[in-house]
Amino acid sequence: MNELASAVPWLGRRNPQAARWLIIIVAIAAPLVAVLFGRTWVRVLDFALLYVMLALGLNLVVGFAGLLDLGYIAFYAVGAYTAAFLASPHFGVHLPFWIVLPVAAGCAALAGIMLGFPVLRLRGDYLAIVTLGFGEIVRIFLNNLNYPVNITNGPQGINALDPLVLFGWDLSRNLDITENLSINSLFLYYYFFLACVAGSIVFIQRLQVSRVGRAWAAMRDDELAAKAIGINTRNLKLLAFSLGATFGGVAGGLFGAFQGFVSPESFSLMESIAVLTMVVFGGMGNVAGAIAGALILSALPEILRHLALPVQQTLFGTVLLDPEVLRMLLLSLAMILMMLLKPAGLIPANARYSHVEHLKRHGVSR
Amino acid sequence: MEIFLQQLVNGLVVGSVYALVALGYTMVYGILGLINFAHGDLVMVGAMTALQTMLFLMGAAPGMSPLAMLTLSLAVAIPVCMLLGYTMERLAYRRLRNAPRLAPLITAIGMSFLLQTIAMILWGRNYHTFPQLISTVPLQPVAGVFVTPIQVTIVVGSALIMAALIVLVTKTRLGRAMRATAENHRVAALMGVDTNLIIALTFVIDAALAAVAGVMYASNYGIAHYGMGFMPGLKAFTAAVLGGIGNLGGAMLGGIVLGLVESFGAGYIEHMTFGLLNSSYQDIFAFIILGLVLIFRPTGLLGERVSDRA
Repeated sequence: MNELASAVPWLGRRNPQAARWLIIIVAIAAPLVAVLFGRTWVRVLDFALLYVMLALGLNLVVGFAGLLDLGYIAFYAVGAYTAAFLASPHFGVHLPFWIVLPVAAGCAALAGIMLGFPVLRLRGDYLAIVTLGFGEIVRIFLNNLNYPVNITNGPQGINALDPLVLFGWDLSRNLDITENLSINSLFLYYYFFLACVAGSIVFIQRLQVSRVGRAWAAMRDDELAAKAIGINTRNLKLLAFSLGATFGGVAGGLFGAFQGFVSPESFSLMESIAVLTMVVFGGMGNVAGAIAGALILSALPEILRHLALPVQQTLFGTVLLDPEVLRMLLLSLAMILMMLLKPAGLIPANARYSHVEHLKRHGVSR
Repeated sequence: MEIFLQQLVNGLVVGSVYALVALGYTMVYGILGLINFAHGDLVMVGAMTALQTMLFLMGAAPGMSPLAMLTLSLAVAIPVCMLLGYTMERLAYRRLRNAPRLAPLITAIGMSFLLQTIAMILWGRNYHTFPQLISTVPLQPVAGVFVTPIQVTIVVGSALIMAALIVLVTKTRLGRAMRATAENHRVAALMGVDTNLIIALTFVIDAALAAVAGVMYASNYGIAHYGMGFMPGLKAFTAAVLGGIGNLGGAMLGGIVLGLVESFGAGYIEHMTFGLLNSSYQDIFAFIILGLVLIFRPTGLLGERVSDRA
């Protein structure tokens, strides 16, 4: 929260307390404002929160531990498909949500360890491309495991997932307060996701300053030196992969229940790249950056979609760039330009532990 | 046996194309230590530009001979890709040469998607039929194996190009400068090598290889598509790692081996797994090979480099 508050422009540095309240108010009021422009915008916000969770999880792996993972979406897929297996008519299993979500998270964590073990020795580019391969392998299996035994239902995906039900309270139904007043289900999901994101933020910020977080930072900055001072880099890498995957799995489970439908199409390489772009664009190794990146890059294409089509229609009389093209264009340009112009990202991480200048600035003698 | 030989031929054909693309990855990796993710998409740009040229020529000069048409379309596609390769290096990679290694890698991924997006804007999202100007009618079968003229052209053509490249790198002044730059930028610069020029030239040569590979790949399958380059690009990178990255001979060997593994894998996987998996799993072989190589022999078959360059 402090990191997030200090990232608020102008107010952040002068009055962190006020910035904190501003964030809370904006977070709570966002869907109420969005609905003024139409209900789709609340949906966009719901998805944006899911992307925030994904970005937070990937940031753990890439930003904190310094392991470039290009197959992150595989864990999202594992979470979503686990939810689909355990709570849909596909296998006729309908477990309660409080069992489905932990199992989805656990399966994703297991997948993270499965990926982590063989690639422990790899770093940098090689790690990136092997994780990319892992993501593709998962997607290929999801796409093809409908024959000879139908497990994933192939490219069609699985339909009619059970909605989120918390203590007998179905989030997919509008909440009727009086005859005329009811709260739309999209709002209920929004606030539930918001609570999940808030929980994740608290967890991650505690993690960052814990022994583990500091050891990750050490490993990221200099693996050899970290080993030399007795840090067990193997366990730390596995922990990073599995914790990051857990976030992906939770987000996947929520995504499945929210959308009520999963198919391999949602877990393409493009999505992995999109989440990576969010982390990189926002600023690696920093919670506020991941959140800002995810919010901006998931909302901007939607805004463009609503602006660009009418604009093109009036200017050229026809649609030259459809929304999906615009999204890809935006993401790829964001990646290239950010690396060239502002490699530390929108909100650069303040290197709390490792950088000499920082230590000097805070009067720590060397 | 006939199936075996047929798969051998198919594997060799695809493998030669992978080898050409793998050379591009390995040369850039050798000289900069960068996985140029966008290299696979240059393959696509090559194929698409050639396709556009062919369509234009078919409209403008209907009576043209296929060979002339192919030559002309290559003559357009190669310079376009070269220019693109040069532009990428000049605008993005050169400025990131001293940045942390994550930065150029992410830029390369961005470049790859940018090229795909531009291709999507220019040519739409549909699959296009690629004119097969060299006959795909099988020649007289030898030992029950069918070989088409296009397959022969691909294998012979890529062998010739690779031979020329080896001569270029090992025998010429430019080649020596390239090897020196790959060994050590600074020392090479001190010895009077214009390293910026050499690196730019490497990108240009690679782009030309990619363009040729793109035309071969599209001619072989008869289709072209904005996303057709990415997967072969990854596979070619796998081939480069398999052979030992930074090693030209390794890239060729790796390409051929990968092509064969894929071809046999696709042909026999159903049989080997008792029908559990089928040929739609073809794409996983490259990644499994990549994983295995990196775990058990990170230097690749012929290479000497270590895997933990971060």
